[in-house]
Parts: sequence; C-alpha cells; structure tokens
Amino acid sequence: MIVHTIFFYFFSVIAIFSSLMVITSRSTINSVFFLILDFISVGCLFIMVGAEFLGMILLIVYVGAVAVLFLFVVMMLNVAEQKQSWFIGRKSTHIPTGLIVSVLILLELLVVVGGWKYKQDLMSSSTLVMSNISNTHQLGLVMYTDYILYFQLAGVVLLLAMIGAILLTFRERVGVKKQSYLNQISRNPANAVELKEVESFKGVKIDD
Amino acid sequence: MIEYLQILGQEVYKIIFLLIPILVSVAMIVWLDRRVWGLVQKRRGPNVVGPFGLFQTLADALKYIFKEIIIPASANKVVFILAPIVTMTLALVAWAVIPMSENLVLSDINVGILYLFAVSSLGVYGIIMGGWASNSKYPFLGAIRSAAQMVSYEVSIGIIIINVLLCVGSLNLNDIVIAQKEMWYVIPLFPMFVIFFISALAETNRPPFDLPEAEAELVAGYQTEYSGMMYAMFWLGEYANILLMCAMGSILFLGGWLPIMDIFPLNLIPAPVWMISKILFLFLLFALIKAIVPRYRYDQLMRLGWKVFLPFSLLYLILTSSFLFYFDKLPKVDF
Repeated sequence: MIVHTIFFYFFSVIAIFSSLMVITSRSTINSVFFLILDFISVGCLFIMVGAEFLGMILLIVYVGAVAVLFLFVVMMLNVAEQKQSWFIGRKSTHIPTGLIVSVLILLELLVVVGGWKYKQDLMSSSTLVMSNISNTHQLGLVMYTDYILYFQLAGVVLLLAMIGAILLTFRERVGVKKQSYLNQISRNPANAVELKEVESFKGVKIDD
Repeated sequence: MIEYLQILGQEVYKIIFLLIPILVSVAMIVWLDRRVWGLVQKRRGPNVVGPFGLFQTLADALKYIFKEIIIPASANKVVFILAPIVTMTLALVAWAVIPMSENLVLSDINVGILYLFAVSSLGVYGIIMGGWASNSKYPFLGAIRSAAQMVSYEVSIGIIIINVLLCVGSLNLNDIVIAQKEMWYVIPLFPMFVIFFISALAETNRPPFDLPEAEAELVAGYQTEYSGMMYAMFWLGEYANILLMCAMGSILFLGGWLPIMDIFPLNLIPAPVWMISKILFLFLLFALIKAIVPRYRYDQLMRLGWKVFLPFSLLYLILTSSFLFYFDKLPKVDF
C-alpha cells in the first residue's frame, strides 16, 4: 500500500507542477509540452484508481490527438515568447475573465467533492462499482443503455462545434483548378492525343 | 518495501530479456528489409559483413556510435535531444503488452489494445519535436506532413480495432487471440485487414506513404539535422514501430500465437514461433511494398485516408455490428 501512496504522490506532484508550468512558462511551446506531461500524469492517476479505460482514452484523445493539434497550431503561428510576466502589463486584461472561469470551476469542484460524500444516494449505478467486473465492461453496460441520451447529446454537441468551426473558416475560392480522379483515370490515348495537320508558315492554335 | 524491491528486480530482469531480443530482431529486420529491397531490384543488397551480410546493421550501428553528434546552433537543444529518445522509448514501451504465447507476456493488462493504440498515437511526438527543434525548413515541413498523416490514419485504425473488438468482447490482447480459435478474423474481416495494413504503412511512414522523409523534396524530412547515434535512434525506433504494427496486425487478424489449424503436427510447434513467423510474414509484405510501389502525392494520401478508408471502415463497422446483432453472435460476458 505504501508503494501505491508513493506512486500517487509522484504522479500528482508531477501533475500539479506541470499544470503550474503551463500557465507560467514564457515560451508557448514549453507550455504545450507541460500540458502533455500533465495529461499523461493525470492519465496515470486514473489508471491507479482503477479507471483504466478512462486513463487510456485520456491518453489517446487528449495526448494523441488534441495536444498534437495544439502543438501544430503553436508551431505554425510561431508565437513569440512573452516578454512581460503573466500577471502584470497588458495581459492583465485577461484576469477578470480568468477569475470568473476559475470561480465557476471551483464551485463545480466543491459540488463534486461535497456530492462524493452522498454518492450512495446520488449514483443509482453505484452498485456496479462494487462488483468484480472490469471498469471497461461497467462503462459499456451503462453507456449505451442508461445514458444513451446524454451520450448522443454529447456527440451532437461535438458535431455542432465541428460544423461551426468549418463554417467559420470556410471560404469558396474561385478560379481554382480542381483535379477529378475519375477524369484522370479514364483518360486514354484516343481522347487525350489529337493529331493536327500543320500548314507550313502558318502554325496551329492550340487552346489549353 | 523490501518485497517491492524484489518484485522490481524481477520485473527489470524480465524487461531486459524482452528488450534485448527486440533490439536484435530490429537489427536483423533492417537487414532483411534491405535484402528484400535489393532482390526485388535485381541487386544483391548488403552481403559483405558476416554470413549473407547478416552483421551489416551491427556494422552500421558501430559507425553511428563513433560519429560525432552535431546539434545545430539555432536548435532548441533540450527538445532536439529529447525527440529521438521519445521515439525510441515509445517504440519499445509498447512491446510490454504483446503476448508471445498465453503466458509469455510481460503485463497482461485488461485494456491491452487501448494501450497499444495510445502508445502508437504518441509516436507522432518524436517526429514533431525533432522537426520543430531543428529550427530549419525541411525538417519542419516533414514534421508537419507526418503529424497530419499520422493523425488521419489513426482514425481509421481506431475504427478497424473497434470492428475486431465487437467480435471479441474484450480489450485484452490474449482474449483477442483466443477468440480467433474457430476462425482467424482475417477471413470475415478481410477488407478491414487490407485497410489496417495500408494504414499501418501510413502510420509508420513507410513507402508508399513516406512523404515526411521524401528525399526528393525534403532532403530527409524531420531527420535532416540529426547525426550519429541520435539519427540511429530515430531509425531504430522507426523499425521497432514497424515490427509493432506487424505484431498488432497478427494479433488482431492472423490469430496471434495460435497455429494455423489445431491439428497434430502443427500444434506441436510452440506458440512464440507462430507469433514470430506471422510478424515476419507481415514484415515481408511491408518490405515488398517498399520495393514495388511508387510514392503517393500528399493530397492523394489525405484523400485516401479521409474520403476512402474512413467511410468504408465506418460502413463495415455498421455491417459487422448488424450481422452480430441479427444472428445473435455478439460476445457474451459472464459475470
């Protein structure tokens, strides 16, 4: 058990340290790398409490896809290092917004932590947690049966976000030559090559 | 605490005896790759060092070790050095869950296939980090190409894995293998096997999808600025990843360590031999495809990933699940 505790503190110290580094480090790239470290250590914590499915999905979705896109964007935009510190100067305009968000998150955390005490009353499926089937099976049993509506709703919300992002950035370009694979494949010598009789000193006009 | 140290000692012992064969087989597989490549092109391939040139890779590795490591002045040094380490580590770490037989597996975890998928999706970091930290045009272009390519093909690999999982009903790799006792999944899910194979080629940046290191356009892609042992680590990591993809393919579709048929002379052959021969078979296909297929254009690559493989594997997923549901063949879980 003591080993378990040591590992717990190991991962949680890394998680807290790296999440502090995300907001304090000057270079944006380093922030993203620390964010990745944070995700990984939180994933390890999930695995330690037996939520192996959640831990792995966190790794696959957040580290494998979302953070790659973050890194991509940060590298492409070539964001310069921030000269002034994060709490003084022009950046301080972000503080009111940040405060509102963080107070909301704090309230939510309080609700969750408070609710944990009464979880026997709150969670109808808490009987499942007790049995000896694996975490993944438990999720599978309730995800598509009891919580199908919420699951689908989350999917629709994500789809809407995706469509919205595409709609915002979409612009139709005119005068662009597009390749049609069907036309390319179905070309043959008969319709691609044309023989022309060229009169001398007159040439021939080829339109492209 | 003492007990824990003892367990740790045993595990380290096991890990070393897993890693050494993998590193040796990576060296051999590089030789095999170059040899097959040579034979297809009517050359001899490496045949000088040792019998049949078997020690060619060792000679290369020695050469790399003695070369100087050059770090560009404008590079981000920490990330630059970290990149090959990340590539190599991730390529080796995934082998912890690959079952060579029912008991011969380092850690038989419940979510083995998710672990494999997660580790292979982290592989892109080594490449992005290397490309960005070099602070040079060609590596960066190569890294961007590779990131987009790997993220795109992971999606279809994920859906293919779901196809197999629907038939198995477990995320454990040994369960996946045992579920194929009646019939290897390559038969009912043959189109998925083909798509998995092609996606694995794209995922490991192998020809015809080696756009990230297209030598005609990008010098050597994200590896351009690397030299000496750091380059060799990228290279070893790449081949370890290829072997890993072959192992994944043989577990998901070719029945892992199961013999072809459970009859007398075949089931005498030990399970690891079957597993290794299946990995080698898939690798031979990888090597042949490198030799015979020309490189894709980048837009064709993206179109293939998003507009062909993704819809097709989704369609096949619906077909599989409908079939299993209608004929009541969904795997039963006993509690």
